[in-house]
Amino acid sequence: MTQSFRLESGGLINRDKKISFKFNGKNYFGYEGDTLASALIANGVHLIGRSFKYHRPRGFFGAGVDEPYAIVQLYRNGETEPNIKATEQELFEGLEAKSVNCWPSVNFDIGAINNFLKIFLPAGFYYKTFMWPKSFWYKIYEPFIRRAAGLGTASIKHDKERYEHKYEYCDVLITGSGPSGLASAYSAAKNGAKVILAEDKSRFGGTLLTSEVNIGNQSGKEWADSIISELKEMPNVTVKNRSQVFGYYDHNMLVMSERISDHLPKTKKFHPKQRLWYIRAKEVLISSGSIERPIVFGNNDTPGVMLSSAAKEYMKVYGVLVGKKPLVFTNNDSGYETAIEFKKNGIDPIILDTRKEPQSEIIEEAKNMNINIKNSYVVVAAQGYKKVKSADIAKISDNKEELGSIENIECDCICVSGFWTPTIHLASQSGNKTKFNEDIDAFVPGISKQNEKTLGAANGIYTLEETLKDSFEKGNQLSKKITNNENKVSFPNVVEKKSTVHDKFWCVPLPKGKNYKRFLDFQNDVAVSDIEIALKEGYRSIEHVKRYTTLGMATDQGKTSNLNGLQLVSKIENKVVPAVGHTTFRPPYSPVSIGAIVGREVGKHSKPTRKSPMHSWHEKNNAVFVDAGVWLRPRYYKRGEENLFEASKREAKNVRTNVGVCDVTTLGKIDIKGPDAAELLNRVYTNAWLKLPVGKARYGVMLREDGIVMDDGTTTRISENHYHMTTTTAQAANVLSHLEYYLQLVWPELNVNVVSTTEQWAGAAIAGPKSRELLKKLFPKSDVTNEGLPFMGYMEGDLFGVKAKIFRISFSGELAYEVNVESDNGYFMWEKIIEAGEEFGIQPYGTEALSTLRIEMGHVAGSELDGRTIPYDNSLEGLLSKKKDFIGKRSLSRRAFAAEDRQKIVGVVPLDKKTSIPEGSHLVKDANAPLPNPKLGYISASCWSVEHDNPFSLAILKDGKNMIGEKLFVMSPLKNKVIPVEIVSSHYVDPKGERVRS
Amino acid sequence: MLHIKCPHCGIRSQNEFSYGGDATIKRPELGKEISDQDWDNFVYNRKSLRGKHWELWQHLSGCRQWIKVQRDTATHEIFKTLKANEEIS
Ligand SMILES: [Zn+2]
Repeated sequence: MTQSFRLESGGLINRDKKISFKFNGKNYFGYEGDTLASALIANGVHLIGRSFKYHRPRGFFGAGVDEPYAIVQLYRNGETEPNIKATEQELFEGLEAKSVNCWPSVNFDIGAINNFLKIFLPAGFYYKTFMWPKSFWYKIYEPFIRRAAGLGTASIKHDKERYEHKYEYCDVLITGSGPSGLASAYSAAKNGAKVILAEDKSRFGGTLLTSEVNIGNQSGKEWADSIISELKEMPNVTVKNRSQVFGYYDHNMLVMSERISDHLPKTKKFHPKQRLWYIRAKEVLISSGSIERPIVFGNNDTPGVMLSSAAKEYMKVYGVLVGKKPLVFTNNDSGYETAIEFKKNGIDPIILDTRKEPQSEIIEEAKNMNINIKNSYVVVAAQGYKKVKSADIAKISDNKEELGSIENIECDCICVSGFWTPTIHLASQSGNKTKFNEDIDAFVPGISKQNEKTLGAANGIYTLEETLKDSFEKGNQLSKKITNNENKVSFPNVVEKKSTVHDKFWCVPLPKGKNYKRFLDFQNDVAVSDIEIALKEGYRSIEHVKRYTTLGMATDQGKTSNLNGLQLVSKIENKVVPAVGHTTFRPPYSPVSIGAIVGREVGKHSKPTRKSPMHSWHEKNNAVFVDAGVWLRPRYYKRGEENLFEASKREAKNVRTNVGVCDVTTLGKIDIKGPDAAELLNRVYTNAWLKLPVGKARYGVMLREDGIVMDDGTTTRISENHYHMTTTTAQAANVLSHLEYYLQLVWPELNVNVVSTTEQWAGAAIAGPKSRELLKKLFPKSDVTNEGLPFMGYMEGDLFGVKAKIFRISFSGELAYEVNVESDNGYFMWEKIIEAGEEFGIQPYGTEALSTLRIEMGHVAGSELDGRTIPYDNSLEGLLSKKKDFIGKRSLSRRAFAAEDRQKIVGVVPLDKKTSIPEGSHLVKDANAPLPNPKLGYISASCWSVEHDNPFSLAILKDGKNMIGEKLFVMSPLKNKVIPVEIVSSHYVDPKGERVRS
Repeated sequence: MLHIKCPHCGIRSQNEFSYGGDATIKRPELGKEISDQDWDNFVYNRKSLRGKHWELWQHLSGCRQWIKVQRDTATHEIFKTLKANEEIS
């Protein structure tokens, strides 16, 4: 393929370096410095996709971030990425891209049938039509819409690329390296401020790259280059290209995505693909420029209709012609600049100017170049399907309402300029109250909420001289405030051509008898008629009109469509634009890859993984692990072909008959010290703590102020003023914060210190009838008899030279101990326990067996202490002291909590003693009652009782106290199960608690 | 993301802190008789102000101190921060 639309010379591309790429399976060539868009246009490719709703042919509309059409699926180094703008994607060797939104192909697209059925697809069509009949949605409508719509396909493979996050602080952040960005960065940098200058594109300079101006006897581009190279040398300045500041958040925090590798065939070793910068800036200068607005006319979405500034950029930056018979349709002087550029490159454009007799330096120049100018002329409609072939044009009356007779002229592109819209997204995101500027028919930033100022075109200033003056000044002022330094920069001499006022005309009326679609939103296919329908149907708020018609809701966020949409609403509603108001701008300014947002926090890095000191032993012994919060805990130790059920049954049974050992390092541990420690415990726990002797442990329950159980655990008095508190694994962090809250804010007079020691201790629970025998072997010097170490006793021991804490506490209901040693000795302790326990038939047990043991004991845990239950519900009311006050006590006397038929924990056994009961199932009286069947309670935890060898569950049941012996039904609609059950005591094993005391 | 000045550590990002609700609520004294209404006001009823609001934050990933922060709930502007033992004036 030859690059038939490439100019002989010119542009900023490197013609010495040819780059080959593929589009829709075909091979093409471009040059280094091209975008995918410029290279495709150079090769004469103008059809790039299909539109979202009607599947109309789509070409190129812009040359950058504002592009609504040219969205492709990109293939790079074995990966694929959707939603890539061809106008932003830099060309690299081997690049591959495909059209989206078309099926089966871009040239023959079945969805285009929507276009011929468009009478059925007005605003709100999806809401209205696909809602009925309801049953059709999943089977027919949704699959059809999904097949036909979409902006590409997300990869389902793991993304191999690396993305990084960076936090940065600076004095002045400047968003955009056009004239205002360069000038302000320069003067701020000269004052010694720490400056970050961010440029979205690969090249610095913004409009200076395409405008015919002169600054200090240099061309715009030369001046930009010299400023940039000087800034790059300064140690207080960070200059970043391919970096878009896309979000402005609270307290002057902005987020920028730096595309480090997207323009390369492959990410370099040790480089990330993208980097997300979180920047706290003392001051922000928004220099994001402006975006040209389209003029609305018939079939204005035909490929070949594009922004005039884009046509100029393709010529000046890429040396590419967007057409060879151009029509320039303008309401201001900008269109003339494009026409002049065409003419300079040997192409004869025709200018249609909506104005009657405009006069300015630029217009004069165009006239002197013998460019054909038609005043008071408009394009009525573009003709051609996959590419503009001609244009219907007409004279327009002075009041802009009457069209003259239609003439048809041949052309292959229509370059449109409807004046300029400041890019106020960042200012608006910062909370700035934007205001409408009548002179430019657009919103500009108003009163700042944060430390932000907007410069140049983004602020509605459209002359270079004024922009530079203002920007030098602002950069100087703001940085001076921060650094107390002033190095005034001398203002360069500026030469630019003067322009004259634009015409407020923006929408060409329909000629009689014609019903051309006139599009406002090019990405979401929203036409003038859609807005009209929405308003007719009673939508008034611009936010509602937006949602109903989807105007401005596409991935381009209406960069080219919002303002024309507002103009239309204001015209129909007979209101001024500011009264209509604009919709809210939200970050990101332009789509950001999910990978960049996630950064390094992927897979195993998405949260820390905490492992006990015994982890490697578990691994070596076939432990199957489970996530317990951020901890990895052995769920069971697999032997041979065992499954979870078999293994956990074996392990639990061994605890009941011999002895087992469980890694309980994950339990939260809090060290409490100070003369008022007992008083603190007495206030946070529901039972009495003042008389606990040294060397004794006690079980305690703590409540929230609203009476709900927060956590339970044992706390041991180590010495006079020293306590060791344990919490559940899940609540460890919350309990610490809870204690700190009361100590710091509510009872600062208490002289107590609390600190987490969870990581400092490794813990092993030794449980089973033979555990004392084992303990004797482990601690031969200590008296661990029932008298020497009774239930809830504590002592220190010597474990083969290692200091250990021995607690006689039990979670399993068996005679049991917990041994703690310093973490570093955890592995040693564990090996010793296993070694010494061999003769007693010791087996390690995991969390599944642990659950089984506690469930059949009726010992509550997280699934009962679920943030909805009070002590009574868990049969913990015996632990409520009547003599003292404690956190949450007052709430327990509230009426619902004290109700006679209050829910209470019970045991549940299936009548057939066989069927397992799914957790989360409901308990009902009558399985055949009409729906909604009144729910009496729910199953909180289920196990296979190893003691009784049948299924057993715990449930929280209404009036549980009086339900023992009742026959009910367990219903699980999810598992489609109905199980007849009997309600029994929650203490299914050793109800008198004799074993723990034996 | 807010920038909060911890009176102990200096200015830090919001993600080091956790929110703790209205700082002007005083816990009723332990052991004192209190009406249902007053207790409900302490436990549940909050004004949910728009505007200046004294609230509690804990510098969770820092010094672990609970602090008092005066913040505008609409604009997120932070006017003042105090240590736990400093009275709101
Ligand atoms: Zn702090």
